[in-house]
Amino acid sequence: MKPKTPLTTMTKKKYTGATLLTALLERQGIRQMPGIPGGAILPFYDALHTSPIQHILARHEQGAGFIAQGMARVTGRAAACVATSGPGATNLITAIADARLDSIPLVAITGQVAQSLIGTDAFQEVDFYGLTVPITKHNYLVRDVRELLHIVPEAFTLAESGRPGPVVIDIPKDVQIAAIELSDDELPAPGGCRPTPPAKDAEIDALARMLAKAQRPVLYLGGGIIAANASALAHELAKRLDAPAVSTLNALGAIPADSPHNMGMLGMHGTRATHTLLDECDLIIAIGARFDDRATGKVAEFCPRAAIAHIDIDRAEFGKIKRPHLSIEADAAEVLQRLLAHPLLHAEPGTPRASGWLARATALRDAHPLRHPSRETAPLHPVNICRFLAETLPSDAIIATDVGQHQMWVAQAYPFRSPRTLLTSGGLGTMGFGLPNAIGAAFAAPGKRIACVSGDGSLLMNIQELATLADHELSVAVLVFNNAHLGLVRQQQELFYGRRYEASRFETTPDFAALARAFGIRGHSIAANSADPLGDIAAALAQPGPCLIDIPIIATENVLPMVPPGAANNQSIEHAGAM
Amino acid sequence: MNASTIAQTHIIDLRVRNHPGVMSHITGLFARRAFNLEAILCVPVSGNDESRMLLLVNDTPKLEQIERQLAKLHDVLAVRQRTDLPPDYFERLGKSI
Repeated sequence: MKPKTPLTTMTKKKYTGATLLTALLERQGIRQMPGIPGGAILPFYDALHTSPIQHILARHEQGAGFIAQGMARVTGRAAACVATSGPGATNLITAIADARLDSIPLVAITGQVAQSLIGTDAFQEVDFYGLTVPITKHNYLVRDVRELLHIVPEAFTLAESGRPGPVVIDIPKDVQIAAIELSDDELPAPGGCRPTPPAKDAEIDALARMLAKAQRPVLYLGGGIIAANASALAHELAKRLDAPAVSTLNALGAIPADSPHNMGMLGMHGTRATHTLLDECDLIIAIGARFDDRATGKVAEFCPRAAIAHIDIDRAEFGKIKRPHLSIEADAAEVLQRLLAHPLLHAEPGTPRASGWLARATALRDAHPLRHPSRETAPLHPVNICRFLAETLPSDAIIATDVGQHQMWVAQAYPFRSPRTLLTSGGLGTMGFGLPNAIGAAFAAPGKRIACVSGDGSLLMNIQELATLADHELSVAVLVFNNAHLGLVRQQQELFYGRRYEASRFETTPDFAALARAFGIRGHSIAANSADPLGDIAAALAQPGPCLIDIPIIATENVLPMVPPGAANNQSIEHAGAM
Repeated sequence: MNASTIAQTHIIDLRVRNHPGVMSHITGLFARRAFNLEAILCVPVSGNDESRMLLLVNDTPKLEQIERQLAKLHDVLAVRQRTDLPPDYFERLGKSI
């Protein structure tokens, strides 16, 4: 047998901070990284010149941050983005805060002025460490080139482990330039998701007993069910219990829309059926959900008759809003797997209580559908457009939305069939989210059709990323639900501010199709008086490559039902004229 | 906190990493939740790699939540309540400085 060559060599290699960072990111599996260069990050960009990492030049750092988010939301793995110091870094803040509220793993790398200049109000200096303390899981200001060796893998570990979230690495220019000699075996192992300690047997037992005893259980699924890749298990539990499942905005797709157990979204724009079920249920099983006010409405009146079992990977969520009767701090997939194997959940299926309860849920759902005019009379009603898109796009298409009325119509009416097919800004509600997230999704899921459903107000907040879309000719269709308004603001002014429409109507609305063409992609305008406007949309979608489709919708259309902010969910406004 | 009520206080003991910025993570967490820190004592331990912090806080139902949020911070290595210290611990300390 030949003597083995040693795996590691003691020959030292020369690195700068910048080439070391590049090597560490490559080892992390980063293949594509959106960003914008600038003075304080140029040494790193110089190192990227010879790296296999593909840099995606965005047109605004917020776009870069959201492109990375799109990658992370589609893959579940931490994505990275990069910006220079000062304004480059501050432009990333919205994308970082958004990732924090929706628990998206993101590693943001920023250049910083040289350490000798820190604190002198140097050109493009801002205390990014200080600025990002409240909006990150953790953040670093790198003080020595050697620190990169533990900071970079640790940043990815923190971003992906437990409850995922954003991490910032701020790197002064002198650290990027500093030279260091390292042997291969001094390079750290890449960071990644650390396993969470398993739930205790007694906790699984207690949960199984609660479920076995419940007459009217409801699954309340949050974004954590998607983060934990536990959607199929949650669906299985719903089937086993014969229980209906309600989803938050960020859990849509966890239970297929056509499942008899799917009750759709709860909360502010949920239906009367979900509110009634939650009023009547005697056990709520919250999984990866944080009892956000958009979901619960007035907390004191949320699920008044129910015991609460709360499964979450973040202990700080227990009792934050509602005190649970049982809380289990663990990975949702692990808990559900063990729960489904529990003898108490293998009792004879189809017990009278269970089937009666699901029948009640089905009856409620059938009795309270979305109210909207028919496709024949109003093809461009947003609900009809959403349903038409679902029929026209491939079944595994990924939908990114912006924030506003169009977002809620998509949430209500688009039948999401699988997890990670809806990318939307839930917690922070960020307009401008959709287009760059759709671009990120297109990079992360090549071959898939991506649609960005936006509004005329939202799209303008990151419209410059149409240029990035044109650069890469990605398969992204941007559909603008155009009502020439800030629609949700207009709706709230109509319903709750005495129809005093202040600053919600746009005086000037751009020609979006012409704008798209100006950016180098196909632009289509759907005529409001077209004989077949949905056919026009389908024809536009049928052509390959990126495009923008401007779709006129009626400006006074409201998203209903709607629970007034601060009211209990059962106070929802059901239809126009109900005020 | 109503100024006229004599608040019950608690002392929270934190073991934290000792590097620039840790204090701002901790004080920021309190400030964001509009929760006053009545007193802070911080000294380096373990050859300067770590620090020990004693925080005097008013007792409210939010305290448990704050402790859990503190425990989530990467630079916080341990959180515990110090019921063994006398209630006037900080008051006496205050007189000596």
